Amino acid sequence: MTITIEPDVEIVEERIDIQVRRSTADRVYRAAATAAGATTFVLMGLIGTFLLVRGTGAFRKSGFSFFTEFAWQPDLGGKFGVGAVLPYTIAIALVALTIAVPVSILAALFITEYAPRRARRILTSIVDLLAAVPSLIYGLWGLFSLQPRLVKLSKWMADHLGFIPIFRVRAEGPKTLSLFPSSTFIAGIIVSLMLIPICTAVMREVFGQAPTNEKEGALALGGTRWGVIRDVILPFGRGGIIGGAMLSLGRALGETIAVTLIISPVFTPKLDILSQGSNSIAALIALKFSESNELGISALMAAGLTLFVITLLINSMASFIVSKSRSGEATEI
Amino acid sequence: MTDTELDTELAPATEPERIRIRTLDPDDATAVGGSALASLALTWLIYGRLVPLTGGLGFWVCWYIIFVTAVWAVTRQLSDAIHARDQLARVIIWSGGMAVIAPLLLVVGYTISRGYHALRPSFFVEDQRYVGALSKSTEGGGAHAIIGTLQQVGLALVISVPLGVMSAVYLSEVKGRLARPLRTATDAMSAVPSIVAGLFIYAIWILSFGQSQTGFAGSLALSVLFLPTVTRTSEVVLRLVPGGLREASLALGGGDWRTTSRVVLPTARSGLATAVILGMARVIGETAPLILTIGGAFVVNANPFSGKQDSLPYFVFRLVRFPQESQIDRAWTGALVLLMLVLVLFVIARIIGGRGPDHIGRLRRRRLKKEGLA
Amino acid sequence: MTLLDNTTEFVVPSTIDRSRVEMEARNVACWFGDNKVLADVNLQMPAGEVTALIGPSGCGKSTFLRTLNRMHELVPSASLAGTITLGGEDIYRSRLPVTETRRRVGMVFQKPNPFPAMTVAENVVSGLKLAGVKVTRSERQDLVEHCLRRAGLWQEVEKRLGDPGRALSGGQQQRLCIARALAVEPQVLLMDEPCSALDPTSTRRIEETIATLQETITIVIVTHNMQQAQRVSQRCAFFLAAYGEPGHIVESGTTERIFNNPDDPRTSDYVQGRFG
Ligand SMILES: Nc1ncnc2c1ncn2[C@@H]1O[C@H](COP(=O)(O)OP(=O)(O)O)[C@@H](O)[C@H]1O
Ligand SMILES: [Mg+2]
Repeated sequence: MTITIEPDVEIVEERIDIQVRRSTADRVYRAAATAAGATTFVLMGLIGTFLLVRGTGAFRKSGFSFFTEFAWQPDLGGKFGVGAVLPYTIAIALVALTIAVPVSILAALFITEYAPRRARRILTSIVDLLAAVPSLIYGLWGLFSLQPRLVKLSKWMADHLGFIPIFRVRAEGPKTLSLFPSSTFIAGIIVSLMLIPICTAVMREVFGQAPTNEKEGALALGGTRWGVIRDVILPFGRGGIIGGAMLSLGRALGETIAVTLIISPVFTPKLDILSQGSNSIAALIALKFSESNELGISALMAAGLTLFVITLLINSMASFIVSKSRSGEATEI
Repeated sequence: MTDTELDTELAPATEPERIRIRTLDPDDATAVGGSALASLALTWLIYGRLVPLTGGLGFWVCWYIIFVTAVWAVTRQLSDAIHARDQLARVIIWSGGMAVIAPLLLVVGYTISRGYHALRPSFFVEDQRYVGALSKSTEGGGAHAIIGTLQQVGLALVISVPLGVMSAVYLSEVKGRLARPLRTATDAMSAVPSIVAGLFIYAIWILSFGQSQTGFAGSLALSVLFLPTVTRTSEVVLRLVPGGLREASLALGGGDWRTTSRVVLPTARSGLATAVILGMARVIGETAPLILTIGGAFVVNANPFSGKQDSLPYFVFRLVRFPQESQIDRAWTGALVLLMLVLVLFVIARIIGGRGPDHIGRLRRRRLKKEGLA
Repeated sequence: MTLLDNTTEFVVPSTIDRSRVEMEARNVACWFGDNKVLADVNLQMPAGEVTALIGPSGCGKSTFLRTLNRMHELVPSASLAGTITLGGEDIYRSRLPVTETRRRVGMVFQKPNPFPAMTVAENVVSGLKLAGVKVTRSERQDLVEHCLRRAGLWQEVEKRLGDPGRALSGGQQQRLCIARALAVEPQVLLMDEPCSALDPTSTRRIEETIATLQETITIVIVTHNMQQAQRVSQRCAFFLAAYGEPGHIVESGTTERIFNNPDDPRTSDYVQGRFG
């Protein structure tokens, strides 16, 4: 008897080439949605292009010194650049961040871990509401109510912490309170008030996604609540903290009205943050806009482009970090 | 009889008493309360003598530091170091929570206290045409600014809500090849500095297209800020629509467009409305983009497409920088009205957001009756 | 029995023949990406009969069911091979639009999923809306009543037609979903574990509904409940997937034979609850 061994041929099945014939309505709908989505790209491109086109005149005149020159006198035919304004912008943002990030971490931890369940919803609402209060109103409140109190704090810091360079304020004669308003420090504090709700919202959301089983695991081992926060929530939420901070940084750099109301613009750089006088690109645009001639406007466009590029980079990075640390659903940032 | 009725009938009439689980240990509460009082007393004793601080702010800073230290020390005495650290964290984190609530009360309270005495009904109907820098703050009003703000925000809404919702539909329903880059771009754009939006509209609309400053130019600038916000929030809302509903619609033979328009969007209706209104509440207070685009005015201009217009935030921003008290008071009144608008929008958003997708409004109920579907 | 009083005749304006038809699958194989989850499935689902698909979880019953009305292709990575015919017409290769196929082959899901933004009545006629079919007010009202009667739900919801669909109990919601599927006059109805989320009373109601429907519609049902399979179906197919291998049909035939006299020992083990 002969046994015929059939060759072990892998039969390649032919997969169906699925064709979806969409109706006209469906095709129109998809095209419309795609077009709507594309407007955001178009808008982004247009902003960059038009600021560049309008700013070219100024860039051409100043060359690279636009980024190093302290003065801002395009209208008088003088020199101009963001060499002083940009560092001031960053300094205000850093002051704001130094306050906003720790407070937001605490507030987010409070909302997710400590607040009773009912209070949690109310607090979330309050944070949302705080984010909706116009920066104009924060600025007014800061100017009229907070600043008169903060100058005392500034003076105290200058008196007692003056050995730290950024708090050292030199004065001829005794230091009076009038040395301290409209400073980088005060502007930074007011901006921080606007950042806290935004930053808290991002962090709350990420902390809220900390895995329950790990939390319960830590508690079941006899850990304290602080232990859970330190060992589970903070490590888990690190991306949220960094992302939230960077997002706030983007906002802080671009904040206009509150800063414009608080500061008195100066164009000479200084090391300390407590004494009167500060600046920011956004405030520069808001304040100089109405009194600028053609070259002046062009210079403002160049400054605006600088700000646009910086915030775009920071925010894309922030969004990348936050989206990596959270899954799927998210509140808006 | 339905099963739920059965269930309730079987439920026992009297429930056994449940154990109440206390989240706050009485010993801890005593320790915290005691520390608070003791540190208050101590601060009062030493303040101004040993501490190099003055003023009310300093007093409370000093109290807080002593209080926190006392909580830690007392708990450590009563139990152990681990517990003490836990208590310390609890107290500090609670303070963080309070630090978020405090500004809301302070900002709202201060705005009311500064703004209410110049607030008259006439503020809503008169403009600034007969008002000079020396007139009393109760004279004239902000009608021109309110009209301007409503028109500018309304136009911005008309421009960006359809675009934004459609973009969100692209992200969550069509899921095309552009979805991922679009999400990143939307994130990046949602934080474009508001002054840059104004500068951009100035560059393209006024300098390049040769248009003049109008309310419409302002609403274009607001749209630049509004579009990414609407896209982002709407996408979040659309993603909450269960996938099973889309499948059910497709299984009934619904095409993509009808699935989106008849099933997904109606289900997300209240969420979308909330997202739009919250976005409006944020946009309504934007000042910076308007400085460059609307021009500002003192009299009513009800045509957003021609001539300069005013807006509430710009009105406030201009007046508050005058030296006269009356102008500053007028600015605060404007700020109060603005804040009220924001609060009203916020409350509306919360009410709508609280409704489930199965809420049937009066209008819809009437239409359903007419169609024989209710 | 009141459930049988579906006497109101109703005709949906339509050009296609809606008489009951059989479905047939030949050499069907399915993939998710490169993962082959179903191989060489051959099954006849005769007209006017109830075919039950049984087998342990994960052996591809749902996947197979979803190929029958082209829901399978909604998963981005999914693909398939073989032939599936509806009344002799190849649903993947003919020029029949996919929406038309799905209208002819209706589907009821495991979890009841009425549209939350619609009332009970709106849910019933939602299929017409989704298909863009316009009907008059009286036609619409007739259709609502007719479909709810066929689904055995009319008496319970007659007074609640204006309530939101989700206000009904779970069993009522599932029957509402059946009524919704019936409104587009399908020739075949696919049911994927329609009772697994329901209590025994609701389950019995749905089984009664199936019994009345099968006179006019070909039904394919996935179930994990052996008694249910025996009660409702005339034909039965047993699916199985060895670990790491694609699922396939071990054997199929009349329900009577599969349960009382199966060829394959694995089948008898499964139907007698010895594994799975
Ligand atoms: N969307 C999907 N993507 C990838 N694999 C899937 C998907 N759905 C089902 N599968 C896989 O296909 C196999 C069959 O699943 P399914 O048809 O749901 O089984 P059943 O309904 O018999 O329990 C399982 O191994 C499952 O993991
Ligand atoms: Mg299944």
